[in-house]
Amino acid sequence: MNDTRPMIEVRGARKFFGPLEVLKGIDFSVARGQIVAVIGPSGSGKSTLLRSINHLETLDGGEVWLDGVQVNQKLDRRSFERHINGVRQQMGMVFQHFNLFPHLSVAENITIAPIKLKGMAKAEARALALKMLDKVGLADKIDAFPARLSGGQKQRVAIARALAMQPKVMLFDEATSALDPELVDEVNLVMKQLASEHMTMVIVTHEMRFAAEVADRVIFMADGAVVEEGSPAELFRNPKQERTRSFLKKFLNG
Amino acid sequence: MQGLDFSIVPEYWPLIGKGLWWTVVISTASAVLSVLAGIGFALLVLYAPPVVRYPVRLFMWLFMGTPLLLQLFLIYFGLVQIGIDIPAIWSGIVALSLHFAVYNADIFRAGIASLDKGQTEAARSLGFGAWRTRIYIVVPQAVRGTVPAVGNMMIALLKESSIVSMIGIAELVHSAQLVISETYRPFEFYLTAAALYYGLNLILEAVLRGIERKVELSR
Amino acid sequence: MDIALIGRIVPVFVQAAWTTVELSLLSLALGLAVAALVAMLRLSHVAALRFAGAAYVSVFRGTPALIQIFLLYFGGPQVGIQLDPFAAGAIALGLNIAAYMAESIRGGVLSVDRGQMEAARSLGFGEGQSMRWIVLPQAAKLMIRPLGVNAVALVKGTALVATISVVELTYTAQRFIGSTYKPFEIFAVTAVLYMIMVYGLTLLVDRLDRAYAGEA
Ligand SMILES: Nc1ncnc2c1ncn2[C@@H]1O[C@H](COP(=O)(O)OP(=O)(O)O)[C@@H](O)[C@H]1O
Ligand SMILES: [Mg+2]
Repeated sequence: MNDTRPMIEVRGARKFFGPLEVLKGIDFSVARGQIVAVIGPSGSGKSTLLRSINHLETLDGGEVWLDGVQVNQKLDRRSFERHINGVRQQMGMVFQHFNLFPHLSVAENITIAPIKLKGMAKAEARALALKMLDKVGLADKIDAFPARLSGGQKQRVAIARALAMQPKVMLFDEATSALDPELVDEVNLVMKQLASEHMTMVIVTHEMRFAAEVADRVIFMADGAVVEEGSPAELFRNPKQERTRSFLKKFLNG
Repeated sequence: MQGLDFSIVPEYWPLIGKGLWWTVVISTASAVLSVLAGIGFALLVLYAPPVVRYPVRLFMWLFMGTPLLLQLFLIYFGLVQIGIDIPAIWSGIVALSLHFAVYNADIFRAGIASLDKGQTEAARSLGFGAWRTRIYIVVPQAVRGTVPAVGNMMIALLKESSIVSMIGIAELVHSAQLVISETYRPFEFYLTAAALYYGLNLILEAVLRGIERKVELSR
Repeated sequence: MDIALIGRIVPVFVQAAWTTVELSLLSLALGLAVAALVAMLRLSHVAALRFAGAAYVSVFRGTPALIQIFLLYFGGPQVGIQLDPFAAGAIALGLNIAAYMAESIRGGVLSVDRGQMEAARSLGFGEGQSMRWIVLPQAAKLMIRPLGVNAVALVKGTALVATISVVELTYTAQRFIGSTYKPFEIFAVTAVLYMIMVYGLTLLVDRLDRAYAGEA
């Protein structure tokens, strides 16, 4: 923990969808082992920001850095393709709708990337899958197909799939908002466990209680800009901006 | 009017049986090739640079707009013309494969287009490149989703393989024709051939149902 | 490309294409009539009729159209049916496509919500009346596209009667390839004529489908 260089750094991120400016110059950084929660009203640009870190969206302006390497650097097409594939292997991304590969078993979902991208031997990859599944409490589902799993189980497999690449950071985009309420806790539990292992995480969420529990720092976004950020205690108990106050009030009352 | 007499059919079984065998061989080979080429065409039409994409599209358009028999004649007579002298059976297999590959490609293209964008994103987020994503994630899923439609094409292929009899390939219909030229009993032997196709068709349908069930489990 | 050759043969091929059109139209008319009948059998309450309809569809779809043509044309005389090639071709093609069209018609009827029949019956319409006034008008729109696909397949399928020497497009193409040894030129002319028919018909079906099915 003596490396003080930030793990993720976003500088002046701007993004347009047609005429709509979705990110209006966002700056923030995440330190090694830090957990940042991003909250804000729907449509404020949270997903776009997270997806830009993984370069699933291409920024129109600004820079994204991962562990000292610029993610969205200017390269010719082929070099960039090689570059981005390498960078993405170091980031785990968890989607709202899981996006498990339905044609592959749970084990294959987890091992396909280590085998095909890292050249890992099949037996070793399976052992790794078992270890990751153990972590998310689903070792017994190793040979099941995704269609047979509940939403909570699917999301835990998706997390295991991302973890199997031994990423430097994990990005969560509303990992629990497609789940039935009774399935939310099992996924949150896995995320908390990762937090206790000092995984660097960016968590987009609409669960304020969970954000307060797990995050070191909370960022409140509205209309494509960061309105306010601080520790959970500061931001939730003592918000400085009017915009933050009204958002939180609506959320806590509603 | 001659009246019907089916009692002479068994006598010619060796010849008919051989024809049946070649129908199975030609259909199977063409089916496999048409699926592989279909996937290839679909990928080219979707992802290749324009200099490749547009010729492939033109070719598909041409082959979807014309009859198989005409295509067979083109390939059979045309290949020799451009210096490729291959046995007739290969002309037959090439014609059947290309003809059905074009329809399969159209089915695969639609199947790929209907896949959830999240699948590609998940693969890309793991670090898969564009082509690896297509090979490992997109194509296997599209193929699974299109099993019923492609299966229907294969059922059509089995029956339309009878057309290669027209360039002298000794499959089922051609064998029947040989026997008929000897016996002058077209009704009996064409009906026999029809019954054998019907049997093959039932077997193929059962196989396809089996594949569908198996694939359904992994979707 | 031998342009002069193409210029010389076009009139002959246009003539042949006209035969293909006639053949297609006749088979289509026969096919639709038989298909309507078979679909009625398939939807009947009487098990024996349902079976007969299913058997028709299964047999005609389970065997090659080419053999059906040969059976009628070459085998027909053995059972007292003597037809010239054009008539044998048109009838065999019509009976064949009828099996496919029957399924398109049945599919359309079955896609109409069951509640429609029930609502009609509850108003006091009889079974036939409900079918005629309530279900069929809705089903007809749903049949346009599948029947159109069948019709396009039929146009391409008419090439099969080249094998019994009906002088239509493919037969003419085959003959000219044999006599000129210019397969690519002949194919180009023939393909253009087929594609005018095939894609013209496709366009027509699209129009009809959008005009009638769109509002459903
Ligand atoms: N692919 C896209 N094309 C056009 N507009 C988009 C696209 N993705 C997101 N948007 C728009 O960008 C804005 C921000 O979206 P998003 O980042 O998903 O917000 P959040 O995740 O905070 O709800 C919204 O107005 C949304 O409609
Ligand atoms: Mg979002």
